[in-house]
Amino acid sequence: MPETEKDQQDTKNVGLFVTCLVDFFRPSIGWAAVKLLQDAGCTVDVPAAQTCCGQPAWNSGDRSAAQSLARKIIETFETYDYVVAPSGSCAATLKKDYPEMFADDADWSARAVALSTKTYELVSFLTDVLNVTRVKAEFPGDATYHDSCSGLRSLGIKDQPRQLLESVDGLRLLEMKDAEVCCGFGGTFCVKYSDISNVMVGNKSRNVETTHAPLLVAGDLGCLMNIKGKLAREGKNVEVRHVAEVLAGLTEAPGIGDQK
Amino acid sequence: MIQHPAAKNFPKNVDQALKNETLQGTLRQVSGGFVDSRATARANLPEFDSLRDAARYMKNHTLQHLDLYLEEFEQAAKNAGGHVHWAENAKDAQQIVLDICADTNAKIVSKGKSMVAEEIELNKALEENGYEVVETDLGEYIIQLRNETPSHIIAPAVHVNKKQIEQDFRIAHSHLDPDRSFVDSSSLVREARHVLREKYFLADVGITGANMLIAETGQSVIVTNEGNGDLTQSLARVHIVIASLEKVVPTLDDASTVLRLLARSATGQPITAYTTFSSGPRRASDPDGPEEYHVVLIDNGRSKMLGSDFQDVLRCIRCGACMNHCPVYQAVGGHAYGSVYPGPIGAVLTPALSGVEDNKHLPNASTFCGRCEAVCPMRIPLPKMMRHWREREFEQHLTPAAMRYGLRFWAFFAERPKLYHFCTRWANRVMHMSARGKGRFSYLPFASAWTRYRDMPAPEATTFQSQWAKNRK
Ligand code: SF4
Repeated sequence: MPETEKDQQDTKNVGLFVTCLVDFFRPSIGWAAVKLLQDAGCTVDVPAAQTCCGQPAWNSGDRSAAQSLARKIIETFETYDYVVAPSGSCAATLKKDYPEMFADDADWSARAVALSTKTYELVSFLTDVLNVTRVKAEFPGDATYHDSCSGLRSLGIKDQPRQLLESVDGLRLLEMKDAEVCCGFGGTFCVKYSDISNVMVGNKSRNVETTHAPLLVAGDLGCLMNIKGKLAREGKNVEVRHVAEVLAGLTEAPGIGDQK
Repeated sequence: MIQHPAAKNFPKNVDQALKNETLQGTLRQVSGGFVDSRATARANLPEFDSLRDAARYMKNHTLQHLDLYLEEFEQAAKNAGGHVHWAENAKDAQQIVLDICADTNAKIVSKGKSMVAEEIELNKALEENGYEVVETDLGEYIIQLRNETPSHIIAPAVHVNKKQIEQDFRIAHSHLDPDRSFVDSSSLVREARHVLREKYFLADVGITGANMLIAETGQSVIVTNEGNGDLTQSLARVHIVIASLEKVVPTLDDASTVLRLLARSATGQPITAYTTFSSGPRRASDPDGPEEYHVVLIDNGRSKMLGSDFQDVLRCIRCGACMNHCPVYQAVGGHAYGSVYPGPIGAVLTPALSGVEDNKHLPNASTFCGRCEAVCPMRIPLPKMMRHWREREFEQHLTPAAMRYGLRFWAFFAERPKLYHFCTRWANRVMHMSARGKGRFSYLPFASAWTRYRDMPAPEATTFQSQWAKNRK
């Protein structure tokens, strides 16, 4: 995405794609995203017509359901300068999968590609497009970061969240072993093949614990719910949050899956 | 007789694999090694990623003109005095090999490691026809003794630990001193070598696979770390190379591009200990070599893949990196897949070779984490192709009904934002309240597959959309 000087001075009109999981389970992440975007000078809108990006259907082979959900998202978001999602996985669906979904359909293909070029995952949007290098937030203590697969391998998100986390006052980042290895969530995978998923999330939980960090952060709520669920089941007392909550300094609410 | 697992029983195979403590121990021991060595090898070769691009391009070009390069190979191999046979399917390939063995009056057949031999079930065909088959690759030899199939494409016995091998050897090599001790792995290797060497010399026919066939020279190339391939092919009177069609590369230079990627991706070595180029039968001036040289070119479903959604998988050089890096493979091992080719490559290739119906689990047993594609030296988009299979399964109603209807039910709401937000608001409220401030559930009736192993975080109060709407008023 070429960035001219003029672009950078203009206020950016961002359509926030909240994602269905954040909408339902963890509105705190949505508010954190809004705050981060506004602090960086964007105007943020959350169109009410959004629901789900269609990834579960697409990954399960239901092309027609995926396409009809994708058309809705394209119609809903194509008027914004940028589309931003607090999820590498959903952002990758809009950015990578939509163009593929409509490859054989001239009209929709152009619209899908146009949407793709202006869609970003939240943290990489802050760093790569808005050139944010630090945030004003505070979190005393150690934290470890899990690289969610789509963000890491489809969108190249690796250093961006670490760079911003390092700028959080009082926070020290500890790397866990195999941070880049899948946590076993995989959307429907975790219920279709729950035995295998269990082994994977068990490994993740062990690697989190070994760092002794009291806080785990990542950029995708699905992974976070999966890992927190396992940590809690194993009686491991680790607070789990979306990276946006920490970067926005909105950490008053209890962590994911924790009691008030 | 050990029952080999079948792909259609994948969930059951997984269950057994996860309960098998010995296997789990072995898997834990080996999984990190391959990953670390490949990472080091890659870091030590700055042009590694550009080599991958070059190899990908070269192979795409070859596949586009596959007929021409195969004919060029055939001609060059014939010019060197070799025989080239074309096999449309596994049966044809077996028959061709059996005919050559019969013409040779063979009794003992030695074999280097070959995945396509597994694919066409060559050993079974040879044994049923009365030939003694001697596996010369240590891993293959071990699984032959155990009557198992390979669990990995480059390390067939990776699922077996040292103690198990020791037991197998004591039973199989009963002519040796029963009180001998095996101090380390190299004593096992020494014993296998000693036993196998005797047989090499008795073999009438030596069968090897091919890592590549070179069109311009008519050569076949194999790489090994034990040198067993060389002995297999040069000591027997007749050398048979069996190779699937996509193994052909245009030139020697192209072969060298692949060789530079292959061992690094597979084991992290810059190059395997032995790389052997076979150029036809022994010439008058050669000090050794076979009297006859045959190449069996096996289609067995490849030509159908050309021009399909699955053509890219024909770039595969069988390095095994995708399975070495696959968290699912690492959890369950190769046998659970019930497929000659396990792991991500098998999840794409096996349904293409033997139908998606019997193999429907394979492309589904993935989180699409993308690690396989990230390490594949030939840049094969494995997750994307697994997704293609899932689409076929959906079309053919092979996807479980609960999943199909569930998705449609979900899509019905998701396509109607007003209804959707209304329903999610209520569902959120019900779920939030039933958590009674505990923050999570240890059991949920409609998500028991989830709560069997982990808690389910409870939703925060009210959905984001309703908070946002209220806030804007
Ligand atoms: S698919 Fe790629 S990584 Fe897997 S065996 Fe083939 S070449 Fe190697």
